Amino acid sequence: MFPIQIRRIAGGAAFSLVAFSLASCGSGDQAVKYDDTVKVGILHSLTGTMAISESTLVDTEKMAIDEINAAGGVTVDGKKYKIEYIVEDGASDWPTFAEKSKKLIDQDKVPVVFGGWTSASRKAMLPVYESKDAFLYYPIQYEGQECSNNIFYTGATPNQQSEPATEFMFKKSPAAGKPFFLVGSDYVFPRTSNTITKSQVAQLGGKVVGEDYLPLGNTEVAPIIAKIKKALPDGGVIINTLNGDQNVAFFKQIQDAGITPAKGYYVMNYSIAEEEISTIGSEFLEGHYGAWNYMMSIDTPASKKFASDFQAKYGADRKVADPQESAYNMVYLWKAAVEKANSFDNDKVRKALVGIEFAGPQGPVKVMPNHHLSQTVRIGQITADGQFKILEESDGPVAPQAWNQIHPDSKGYSCDWTDPNKGGKYKL
Amino acid sequence: MELLFESLFNGVAIGSVLMVAALGLAIVFGLMGVINLAHGELIMLGAYTTYVVQLIFKLPALQSIYWAYILVAIPLAFVVSGVVGILLERTVIRRLYGNPLETLLATWGVSLILQQFVRSVPLAYAAGFIFALLVGFSFPFLLPKKLLEGPSAKLFKATGWFVSAIAGILLAGGLATQISTISRANSRNVDVTAPRWMRGGIEWMNLTFPVPRLVIIAMTILAVLAVFWFLNRSVWGMRIRAVTQNRSMSDCLGIPTDTVDVLTFGIGSGLAGVAGVAVSLLGSVGPNVGSSYIVGCFMVVVLGGVGNLFGTILASFSIGLLTDLIGAGRLLSLWPNMPSPLAVTVDFFATTSMAQVMIFALIVIFLQFRPGGLFPLKGRTVEA
Repeated sequence: MFPIQIRRIAGGAAFSLVAFSLASCGSGDQAVKYDDTVKVGILHSLTGTMAISESTLVDTEKMAIDEINAAGGVTVDGKKYKIEYIVEDGASDWPTFAEKSKKLIDQDKVPVVFGGWTSASRKAMLPVYESKDAFLYYPIQYEGQECSNNIFYTGATPNQQSEPATEFMFKKSPAAGKPFFLVGSDYVFPRTSNTITKSQVAQLGGKVVGEDYLPLGNTEVAPIIAKIKKALPDGGVIINTLNGDQNVAFFKQIQDAGITPAKGYYVMNYSIAEEEISTIGSEFLEGHYGAWNYMMSIDTPASKKFASDFQAKYGADRKVADPQESAYNMVYLWKAAVEKANSFDNDKVRKALVGIEFAGPQGPVKVMPNHHLSQTVRIGQITADGQFKILEESDGPVAPQAWNQIHPDSKGYSCDWTDPNKGGKYKL
Repeated sequence: MELLFESLFNGVAIGSVLMVAALGLAIVFGLMGVINLAHGELIMLGAYTTYVVQLIFKLPALQSIYWAYILVAIPLAFVVSGVVGILLERTVIRRLYGNPLETLLATWGVSLILQQFVRSVPLAYAAGFIFALLVGFSFPFLLPKKLLEGPSAKLFKATGWFVSAIAGILLAGGLATQISTISRANSRNVDVTAPRWMRGGIEWMNLTFPVPRLVIIAMTILAVLAVFWFLNRSVWGMRIRAVTQNRSMSDCLGIPTDTVDVLTFGIGSGLAGVAGVAVSLLGSVGPNVGSSYIVGCFMVVVLGGVGNLFGTILASFSIGLLTDLIGAGRLLSLWPNMPSPLAVTVDFFATTSMAQVMIFALIVIFLQFRPGGLFPLKGRTVEA
């Protein structure tokens, strides 16, 4: 998906983070004896509009790598490899992502690149990895409709986020059975996601009474509010895929206009995680909903450890959210695949990857033949203290659909890279 | 009736945001002919000023009068943006008078600098820096003239800047220690929390009037009235108009055109700061907040007719009304039995993005027939 622009990191903090990780690498060295090193690539935006969001992923990936190193690194062929990382800056500019990918693959010869946030950056990198047969790990929930042999997706597909969320809103929320209104920023993720939602609401027997898209950068919400009030006079469900700071304008203004949970309007959000809640202000969001695989409020030892480790390393006021959890998982999954393949060779690692299971902070995840993860889906209601109160949790992990089964363009198609006769898109 | 009223209110609400944002530009661009692409960033500085003032009012000592922070924020935002505007005029723009292209490029550069400035400099230090500038600029006016003309004038001037630097450092230090959130650089958008009385809506006749919108409309009316009074009734206002109409003749008659330029630019920039206060009530405050308004501002000024405040007012409210009329799909509810081909077209344009396209197209068509805008300038200035 596209930016959740507002994420915490102070601009200058990057330097201190480097200092931090160097320090922790140093302490790791003393404890473990390594036979060799392996270099991996980290490619996110460290400058530009996306830096605020993407740098949290860099932090998390470094944390995962440091943890692996401290525990003895990656073992291949009986040799212990220490993971070193080369951080490149995508600069919030999509061609730069492609360029830096080439550099990491050709010059630095890294076996894997962890990177990307926006769908646009992923689309720019895809041809590079496919032509060089290299491997990209991409950690963000996105609109699906893609399945590359050279990309490994650890974020949610629509059937792991928006579909269960729509169903929840229609069947179980206080506005159950009421009509839907769809609001989003004007670019690919909200439009694709809303196409799916519209078909799904129709299947469920509900009604979508309106949709509107705000051009990126525009914060004038008054016409949309007028439309919502006209279309939903007695309350209903609003599905929100607005992006970044447009959310602040939206929630401030709908509250003033009387579109609140108290009056029967419930907003389900797909791009608002814990970080965004603290920026928008929980007083505007309380009572509305969100859907993610990981939520900071998950009450398990693994989740708490993930949050407290991150805060211990980067500051007690930091938060962890779904994209970071995905980024954390993917580093561990790569390690597991390399060790299972007993080689850094792309083909062997790719074969080994499918079927690997990992107990992540969200619970167990498993790599499926379509290079996506099966993960647990959670629906939460936003509370006054800026967290999610988890209302519903899927019974175990949900299998990912790279090609959406509700979207009219991809219905009936699937993806399976383990079978040479099937590949990226085959008819079921 | 109800529908008409709601549509009218929405149009006025959208229009007043445009109006307050474009008012400063109408003066700078309209009266001085300076294309100031950094106008949006002056709005942003006003919004950040509001944020800092709000944090100061959240301190325990002032918490009981938190509701009144906006009364402090408005004049302070005016002063902050005005001072930065004056600095901009003194250092960059006045060297480029008569070179619109260079001005355009230079001010665009300044806008990038200002955006990065608020990203990389902690707000506490930024506030201290601007405070030091303010003290430094006003120092000569506080001293008796004799001292500044005497033999040790240089010494006094230097002392002035020294004192202001100390004042700035003290303020920065004080803010940084008292309010930890602005002691570090932060490139995230921040949020201005309106006091309780400025939240929610007033219900009347089945309609809800959001209070922040009412506050913005009131601010706009006051700002427009103040500008009209200043330009038409005050001595300096008349000098500004004189310089606008005929610079060399005004110069001959003893009007200090240089001072007039500074003043005009300062007031235009200050009004951008006031717009920043208004904008902060609607959305979040971030480095890019200004750039989302700059296009709208220029659109309003060009449509209204450069150099005419009445035109600016009329233009912003017509754009506001059109945005609501087209974007919220009002035409269909006003005329439900529209023939279907027309209805499909209207429905197609009834989204926020398409409404914008439609409005731009309408403005372009309008300007084909009236290139001077709604109220084109007539007379001597046109030839000059």
